Amino acid sequence: MSRDAESTFAVHIWRGDAGGAFRRYDVPRRASQTVLDVVTFVQRHVDPSLAYRYACRVGMCGSCAMSVNGKARWTCRTHVDAVAADGALEIAPLNHLPVVRDLVVDMAPFFDKWAKARGSFVPTSTRRDAFARVEPSSAERRAVDATIECIGCAVCYASCDVVGWKPDYLGPAALNRAFTLVSDVRDGAGAARLRAVAGDAGCQACHTHQSCTERCPKQLAPTASIASLKRLVALAAIKGKL
Amino acid sequence: MASGHAETNGIVRATNAQADAQWGRHARFAAWRFVLQRASAAVLAVCVVIHLASIIYGVRHGLTSQAIVARMHASAIWPAFYAVFVVAAAVHAPLGLRPIVDEWLGLRGRGVDAVLALFACVLLAGGVYAVASLAG
Repeated sequence: MSRDAESTFAVHIWRGDAGGAFRRYDVPRRASQTVLDVVTFVQRHVDPSLAYRYACRVGMCGSCAMSVNGKARWTCRTHVDAVAADGALEIAPLNHLPVVRDLVVDMAPFFDKWAKARGSFVPTSTRRDAFARVEPSSAERRAVDATIECIGCAVCYASCDVVGWKPDYLGPAALNRAFTLVSDVRDGAGAARLRAVAGDAGCQACHTHQSCTERCPKQLAPTASIASLKRLVALAAIKGKL
Repeated sequence: MASGHAETNGIVRATNAQADAQWGRHARFAAWRFVLQRASAAVLAVCVVIHLASIIYGVRHGLTSQAIVARMHASAIWPAFYAVFVVAAAVHAPLGLRPIVDEWLGLRGRGVDAVLALFACVLLAGGVYAVASLAG
């Protein structure tokens, strides 16, 4: 940490539940400071009642996502320099999820939708069978590689306009997860999963705004996964297999 | 007690099967709406280009409305083209309105689908009437 920690900047942090308000805090400005550092400073040195979530601090766990200057981001890997060029920083809970308190949202609706999209692996073999062999360089494996690194941070979900308009829409993360499993040659859910992701609240509801793809901190492309699901669902319907 | 469980399980299984069947219909309806909207959009893309080109041709060559109608009467191709255009529009517009009604007004369900089906019929009837008039 640099010694010019004397200089401070104003940070506005959401306090309370959905009916809460932003409160201003003056926080020391430091080199290589992340947004999570800012929130942690406030909680440890200014107001211990501030509620927020984090775990790994290195971009693996997906628990520290918040709305930073109006955009959902993973705060542990977001440098203040990158998002507060003009010195203004406003930190709020993620959009589209119920606010528990301060910066903590209830993630249950988000993960419930993973279940609705049949986001669980359905094995086609047992423990007594040999290991499945999927060559790392095969097209099947590369298709999974493109989508599997989701950390469940809900940045895409909070950024999705359709989730805002249509609260039962499954959302980019659940659909991306479903497509990961559809691409998995070992999975046996087949048409049942395609049926789960089709419908008024399913993949066809996506407007391809691509906010999810733009904001995904893991540089995944849920929009591409959703487009692939639309194609697969349509083909299954045409073939009479849906 | 055991038979009670079996009965309960039977009811649960029946309910699940019913729910699965209902969800299957829901999924197929959504998939076919998607297919029809994309297919009608592809047809409309071609139709709109031809329609605009014919308008530009008519304006640049100073064709009067009477001359245009006379050409329509003289050929079976133009009425056939506009019949295809009308069908594609009648399919496409209600399918496009459906998510707008859902997202902006929060309305969906059989009532909305019935109104949209009626809207498709009105578009189709109006379009067919216009094409029939052109065809003489």
